[in-house]
Amino acid sequence: MVRDNKPKLAVYKFSSCDGCQLSILDLEDELLALTGAVEIAFFLEARRKVQPGPYDIGLVEGSISTPEEAERIVQVRKECKYLVTIGACATSGGIQALKNWADVEEYKRVVYASPQYIQTLETASPIAAYVLVDFELRGCPVNKYQLVEVITALVAGRRPQIPTYPVCLECKREGNVCVMVTEGTPCLGPITQAGCGALCPTYGRGCYACFGPSESSSTEALCTHCEKTGTDKPTIVRMLRSFNGYLEPFKQVGDEYERQVGNQ
Amino acid sequence: MRNSVLYTIEKGELDKLIGILHRDGYTVVGPTVRDGAIGYEAIESVQQLPIGWTDEQAPGHYRLKRRDDDLYFGHVVGPQSIKKFFFPPKQRLFGIRREGENDYVFEATQPEPPRYAFVGVRACDLAAVRVQDRVFNDVMPDPYYAKARSQAVFIGVNCAEPGGTCFCTSMDTGPRCTQGFDIALTELKSTFTVEVGSDKGRKLLEALEHKTTDANTKHLVDLMMQSAAEHMGRSLNTDGLPEMLLNNLQHPHWDEVAKRCMDCANCTLSCPTCFCSNVEDKTDLTGDHAERWRTWGSCFTLEFSYHTGGYNRSSTAARYRQWLTHKLASWHEQFGTSGCVGCGRCITWCPVGIDITKEANAITDDVKRFRAEQERQRAEEVGS
Repeated sequence: MVRDNKPKLAVYKFSSCDGCQLSILDLEDELLALTGAVEIAFFLEARRKVQPGPYDIGLVEGSISTPEEAERIVQVRKECKYLVTIGACATSGGIQALKNWADVEEYKRVVYASPQYIQTLETASPIAAYVLVDFELRGCPVNKYQLVEVITALVAGRRPQIPTYPVCLECKREGNVCVMVTEGTPCLGPITQAGCGALCPTYGRGCYACFGPSESSSTEALCTHCEKTGTDKPTIVRMLRSFNGYLEPFKQVGDEYERQVGNQ
Repeated sequence: MRNSVLYTIEKGELDKLIGILHRDGYTVVGPTVRDGAIGYEAIESVQQLPIGWTDEQAPGHYRLKRRDDDLYFGHVVGPQSIKKFFFPPKQRLFGIRREGENDYVFEATQPEPPRYAFVGVRACDLAAVRVQDRVFNDVMPDPYYAKARSQAVFIGVNCAEPGGTCFCTSMDTGPRCTQGFDIALTELKSTFTVEVGSDKGRKLLEALEHKTTDANTKHLVDLMMQSAAEHMGRSLNTDGLPEMLLNNLQHPHWDEVAKRCMDCANCTLSCPTCFCSNVEDKTDLTGDHAERWRTWGSCFTLEFSYHTGGYNRSSTAARYRQWLTHKLASWHEQFGTSGCVGCGRCITWCPVGIDITKEANAITDDVKRFRAEQERQRAEEVGS
């Protein structure tokens, strides 16, 4: 069914690596259906032609890390009916949110020859810290099929079916053998939201939590177990502070372990 | 001591049996080594069996180990049971396609299940199939399950060396296969003894070189089974257990378990009897196709208990209690049997090693201690 008056889609970039936007272009088999369902009106990574707003669906990649971004996101919110964040940066602050635990002034001095030209905020924050967000899609990068599901649901006027339970459900449906149980590999799958199809455990690695905490995310229980089975506290802090370290409960538990390391 | 006729076949006959099953159009499924564990997969010959391997199992712990002999079945149960073959983890139930403006066409439902022949199934897993039958086959048959189940062949294997998390003796399901098999094998050094459990099994035996087992060997098999029963890695006190659990829903031990439980659902996903699923309808971008999918679900997820008004089991303690009391207590009311067959998978495959036998026994023991103390105090009061 080809629609007249297709909903207009806009894709925005903030502080990010562009990987989530590339997930849209990576939708090879679905791209024609996507352009049949929505009008891609603003997507600088894909085309120069820009249609003016307002837009029906705005996909936002990246975190808010600079004063300019903090202003721009307010404008973006105003021109979009539905605002959907895509990926870890936009949803949790991303890997750059590691600066939230560091002295930004010191980094500026050490990294840049002329730090006076650097305009940056003290923190890298999720979009939802600045404006109202209608839906947050997790992942580093997002899963392209989940992205299609969100757009499909918005176009059809139904709720997106994005599970919030842990990776373990997907992992066992895939028939994977648990790497924690057979190898003692620390795996964040039990406390991480599904969506990736258990990609890392399928290749015999532990989950890195790039989809962020699951609905009930028993972070403390997992960390207590990892500690008991030989993972040291600094490693646990690093495990929690990767792609989504600034999201609760990863932040709280990571901070607690860091306090304990400091007290040792 | 089991009063059934036993036959003896040379070990080489097992490969012949697998060949016959293939020739008859069966997909032969047996234990095989994959990704550091012994699981059930499609196999072509005995060479794919875990010959000379065993498994070391403890709560949250599984390691493959070399044996110092070359037994075919010198291991116990692996990460998943044969449940996945009857109740697939992801299954399309049906599709709908738009035809014209106002018409819809329903597309073919589930595919035809393969004809499975399971080789090396343990007594606990055979018992689990009978438990699942009550859900999927007895009252309102699930078409895929019913078909796959009715045309399957079961070659059971009796367990001579139980694993570290096994407790089938407590659940009265093993270590010997007593029902639900076509053929049950006991592995000896260079031969198998064979017990026939059905007409299908008798026909298969007749195609193999076999002789009646002598009295000494028969006695040996009995001793092996007795020894296995005495060497279970775990035990569960089932005496009055359903009432005990259901009368102690506020016991502080539920909160104690919840501190360790991650809600990760591995216990339910590795359990051979857990049957819960999610059903999801999906549409595509064109809006012209819709599909209904069924996937393995779990009572450990929040969405599982979501209904108008919210979640009715919002804490980890409530979810763990739901799972354990269903499995060991209310399953009896619902299906006339325990939901647990004592395979020990939920213990081994819990990443943090939560042990169903230990948790249930902890509540039972505590309640018994409390009652004994009450008795003692009452006696003292009467005496004074």
